[in-house]
Amino acid sequence: MTTIGFLARRVLAALALVFVATSGALLLAQLAPGDYASQFGRDQAQVAAERHRLGLDLPVAQQYARWLKRSLTLDLGESFQYQRPVTALVAERAWNTALLAATSLAVATLLGIPWGIVTGSRRGVLIRALRGVSLLFLSIPPLISSLTMLAVAARTGWLPVSGMGGVSHLVVPTLALALPIAAILERLQAQSIGDALATPMALSARARGISRRRIVWRHAWRQSLGPILAIYGVIVGTLFSGSFAVEIVTSWPGLGDLMRQALLTRDTYLVAGCAAAGAAFLAAGVLLGDVLHAVVDPRVGGA
Amino acid sequence: MREVREVRGVRAPLLVFAALALLVIAAPGLAPYAPGRQFDGYPYAPPMRPHVIDAAGAWHLPFAHPISLADPIERRYVEDRRARITFASREPWFLLGSDALGRDVLSRVLTGARLSLGLALLSAALALAIGAAIGAVAGYAGGWTDTWLMRIADLALVLPVIYAVLALRGALPLVLTTVQVFTAFVAVFALVGWPSAARGVRGIVVVEGRSGYAEAARALGASPARIIARHLLPATRGFLAVQATMLVPAFIMAEATLSFVGLGFAPPTPSWGVMLTDAASIRTTADTPWLLAPAGAIVLTVLVIHSVAHGRDPLLDS
Repeated sequence: MTTIGFLARRVLAALALVFVATSGALLLAQLAPGDYASQFGRDQAQVAAERHRLGLDLPVAQQYARWLKRSLTLDLGESFQYQRPVTALVAERAWNTALLAATSLAVATLLGIPWGIVTGSRRGVLIRALRGVSLLFLSIPPLISSLTMLAVAARTGWLPVSGMGGVSHLVVPTLALALPIAAILERLQAQSIGDALATPMALSARARGISRRRIVWRHAWRQSLGPILAIYGVIVGTLFSGSFAVEIVTSWPGLGDLMRQALLTRDTYLVAGCAAAGAAFLAAGVLLGDVLHAVVDPRVGGA
Repeated sequence: MREVREVRGVRAPLLVFAALALLVIAAPGLAPYAPGRQFDGYPYAPPMRPHVIDAAGAWHLPFAHPISLADPIERRYVEDRRARITFASREPWFLLGSDALGRDVLSRVLTGARLSLGLALLSAALALAIGAAIGAVAGYAGGWTDTWLMRIADLALVLPVIYAVLALRGALPLVLTTVQVFTAFVAVFALVGWPSAARGVRGIVVVEGRSGYAEAARALGASPARIIARHLLPATRGFLAVQATMLVPAFIMAEATLSFVGLGFAPPTPSWGVMLTDAASIRTTADTPWLLAPAGAIVLTVLVIHSVAHGRDPLLDS
């Protein structure tokens, strides 16, 4: 199969993911008992009028069809509570989440990959200690690390406690998100470099007298990147799960926070909009991972 | 070699999960006080250290010095060094401190283990059962069934756990009783957790299905159901054990996160996630770090589970 065909299939799969996730979120939110209008007091007439104004009195299938038709023109409806177009609201928040996610992913990669190369290619007490640390990081979920770090920050006054602003506001949420992911990357990279060092290519290089260090840093690590890139898609998912909690703890104005509000107030179109943005990020992550994997390992794209 | 793999692969995680299950049953019984009991005049009491030697230098069974609130504004407590108390005394002994309402944090963490751990263990078991069944069917049937089941699994696999759970939770009424939340979460977690198990089981079933012993069973006239249940599924035990070590921590966290944001168990139900909401106000938590005790319980549990899976890389095995 050609490269174009490979790419086209992946892009189609990505679009399908966004469509299914968004529709799923919307339908689930619509099927839920209670709606946005029902919080307007006890006056039944008023509730009914509000429901009619928002189009919530139509059958679910009809609401969905209307939304679907408009979504083709990238109009995702209007948020009930903000009375603003969902696309504008979500775009604002999505940018913040993307900033946090990208920083965390970069930190995790820069930390986790070299860490794994070291722990995977050497032995000793220090290495075992390093592996222990990564196991610990792996076991501290972002919700807990962000709470703990904020408590420390509040006590010492070293870092701002909430919100968004300069670089210092990024430190706590980024670390909370990046550390467990760095640990995942360390685990995978260590395993992968170990496998790469056991290949005939590495063994014969060793037999020819090339130093171990040179083999690791010049040859084996590139070979070992394949399996890592293959799971970047999954990692982006982990990142978003974590960022939901971290955003709420650190009052980071991102998608997670918006989605929580939307869910709690039954703001259906906003729920769908958040799901769309989340799914788009996820699909982009998976796609990027696949493409990079194909670049590093030509067998993937060609086969 | 096979012996060693068996021990590492299945027995260690099984032992840990059995221990956790025991904790689910026994932990609430170990709590010194009722989880909802509010001790008047003891808001945010600090942890009280156990002693064995009293002021006079005499040895005793572990005891604590009673405390009393000296300054309600600053929440300053003073210790009465002359008196000794135990859990049976009239004065409370807060080993891990108390919360805003004067409830014993230790008792609440122990009672919360039943909900938080019980939920995670039960959901993981259900997710694995569903995943194994679907994976076995897909792997054994092959063809069209296989393709579509795995396509669905792939789609579900990339969804972030928390968001998938959130979307499904969104379809339920906002206010639920504890039992309803528990049941709903078990169902939702199982629905989110099955795909990775299904994928792995399918792979194993496809490979093992071509092996000599499966062929022999088929030749002897065994039904597909019997071959799957008796011959192929046992080969997936090691894989399922590793899956469990990934699912249980993920579900513990999902409960904590959802309860934390107000979509899970509701106060005053003691679950670890609900207790974390008490630590959500950062200014308070900075002065009362013992409110993070449930966080410690979560990290400890997850760390123990991860360390039995240590050495094998769960992500690579899946």
